[in-house]
Amino acid sequence: MTFVLSLVVGTLFAGAAYLMLRRSVVKLILGMALLSHGTNLLLFLMGDGVVKGMPPFVDEATGVTPTAAADPLNQALILTAIVINFGFTAFILALAYRANQAVGSDDLDDMVETDRL
Amino acid sequence: MIHHLFLPLIVPLFGAGVATIISRRQLWVRVIALAATLFNLGYGIWLLVTIATAGRQVTQAAGWVAPFGITLMADGLSAIMLALTALLTLVTIMFSFVTIEARQERFYYYPLLLLLMFGCSGAFLTGDLFNLYVWFEILLVASFGLITLGGSRAQLEGGLKYVVLNLFGSLCFLVGAGLVYGVAGTLNMAHLAERLNTVQQPSLVTAVAGFFLVAFGSKAALAPLFFWLPASYHTPSIAVTALFGGLLSKVGIYALYRVFGTVFQRELTWLAPLILLVAGVTMVVGVIGAMAQVNVRRILAFHIVSQVGYMAMGLGLAGTVGLAAGILFMAHNIVVKTALFLIGGAAEHLTGTGELKQMGGMARREPALAVLWLLASFALVGIPPLSGFFGKLGLIQAGVAREQWLIVGVAAGVSLFTLFSMLKIWNEVFWKKAYSDMSHLPRAGVGLLAPAAVLVLVSIAMGLGAAPALEYSTMAAEQALDTVGLVRDVCGADGCDAVELAVAR
Repeated sequence: MTFVLSLVVGTLFAGAAYLMLRRSVVKLILGMALLSHGTNLLLFLMGDGVVKGMPPFVDEATGVTPTAAADPLNQALILTAIVINFGFTAFILALAYRANQAVGSDDLDDMVETDRL
Repeated sequence: MIHHLFLPLIVPLFGAGVATIISRRQLWVRVIALAATLFNLGYGIWLLVTIATAGRQVTQAAGWVAPFGITLMADGLSAIMLALTALLTLVTIMFSFVTIEARQERFYYYPLLLLLMFGCSGAFLTGDLFNLYVWFEILLVASFGLITLGGSRAQLEGGLKYVVLNLFGSLCFLVGAGLVYGVAGTLNMAHLAERLNTVQQPSLVTAVAGFFLVAFGSKAALAPLFFWLPASYHTPSIAVTALFGGLLSKVGIYALYRVFGTVFQRELTWLAPLILLVAGVTMVVGVIGAMAQVNVRRILAFHIVSQVGYMAMGLGLAGTVGLAAGILFMAHNIVVKTALFLIGGAAEHLTGTGELKQMGGMARREPALAVLWLLASFALVGIPPLSGFFGKLGLIQAGVAREQWLIVGVAAGVSLFTLFSMLKIWNEVFWKKAYSDMSHLPRAGVGLLAPAAVLVLVSIAMGLGAAPALEYSTMAAEQALDTVGLVRDVCGADGCDAVELAVAR
């Protein structure tokens, strides 16, 4: 399972790199979204979450910590990262919409006003 | 009773909230913004003194024992950055009173400034790698708001580049943080510093450190990831440019100092030649880019890139002396860069344009502004006894001690080109005859001059008091590199692993 998910992470990163190198702003944003999904999955893979499936609760009767408990920290990290990336995707979509209105084009090569001398 | 380290976070956040609610009452919003910033400045100065006498300050959020909870910590480097952040925000707010458009002010300008200060202060105080990511996002989202506030075409174009590159850097940071957690099983900086030296796969740690180098390098505008900075920094209002130019890229440098100085110390010795190479290229490319520009703010934006190279050089010299000089140079540069943006911006505000060709005559018309410019630009170039000289001297001495002759030569040579650019602005804006009849244009009032004057005075004080400043930055560098002391302060005398074992038992 870990191996399959690693391949998924790699594919997401590769797709993200491809999309982000295109000239279209929409594809750029989609690439950012793919990159953040790949990152979230990578965080998930970092804490044996796939191998060990038990919830991390101490048994009340015996007081024993389960040895196969999944690491809750990664899941907290992913949750934080998802929320942040969701907010940023919303912001960048709004920004790209306004930029599209102002420039009249979806092509990044048309957005060179700030680079000209 | 809450620990004092929470105060510089709570006060600006609370101020931003209140200022948002009462955003229709402009006077009160200004008062709140000013009060919150003054509080942070006062706290920052108090913290500087406290750390000098009592050493590193540490607390654990919500009482969770380290390394389980989120650690807040402040050492000399944090305190310097915290105080300078508050100082910059303060002068920016003062400058905004007279220059910002009413329309922008209504769209939550001051709350966004406070949130930016909140995010920066959090980034300087945290002792947890993932928490550092969160603080970066907080300050980024505030900066996104500020850079696009106004919505002109140039701002939207520049803003898009700024946003995309910074988000890419953040995702690199997140990947690095995730991998570090996978390798070491912790995100607490003290715990990481303790564990990374005994980790099973050291080559993996080096690869992870590369992610952090790319992430913070892109945020700090190091070559080759600096193109977003000159493309976007001249587009927002002058006050925002001044704050960003002084502060934001240095947050990236702070993160590099913190993460490589403390967490990845062993990797720093590996990566030091690469960092020095990047630093040298950044210095040269930035200063050459500036020579081609013909707009005040664009020239200064390219010089940010160039000077970030000096700060990276301090890190690349991998030692207390280099880091101390880097910290001193960074502190000087934060102050002087913002001063230059404010002075050039004031000239732009009065003339109505930032194009060199259409300016001129300022030396006769606004002699006070011209004097301020001369002092600030000489400080930037590094002419004694102004503050820039001692930072550069320290860096060059550290480079000579390490026998890194190439970077020493580049650092000295780039100064000459910096002087060239500063004189170009001096000639075009201040010395030459006015391009058009300026008699109908407004005069510079105290409100326009005072913010820059405050910063120039701070710069002169840092130059005249160079000995104590260097002493403090040396202490800050020693604290930043002292992992043993960090582990003791954060986790106790037995170390973080011992705490973890005790809890597991």
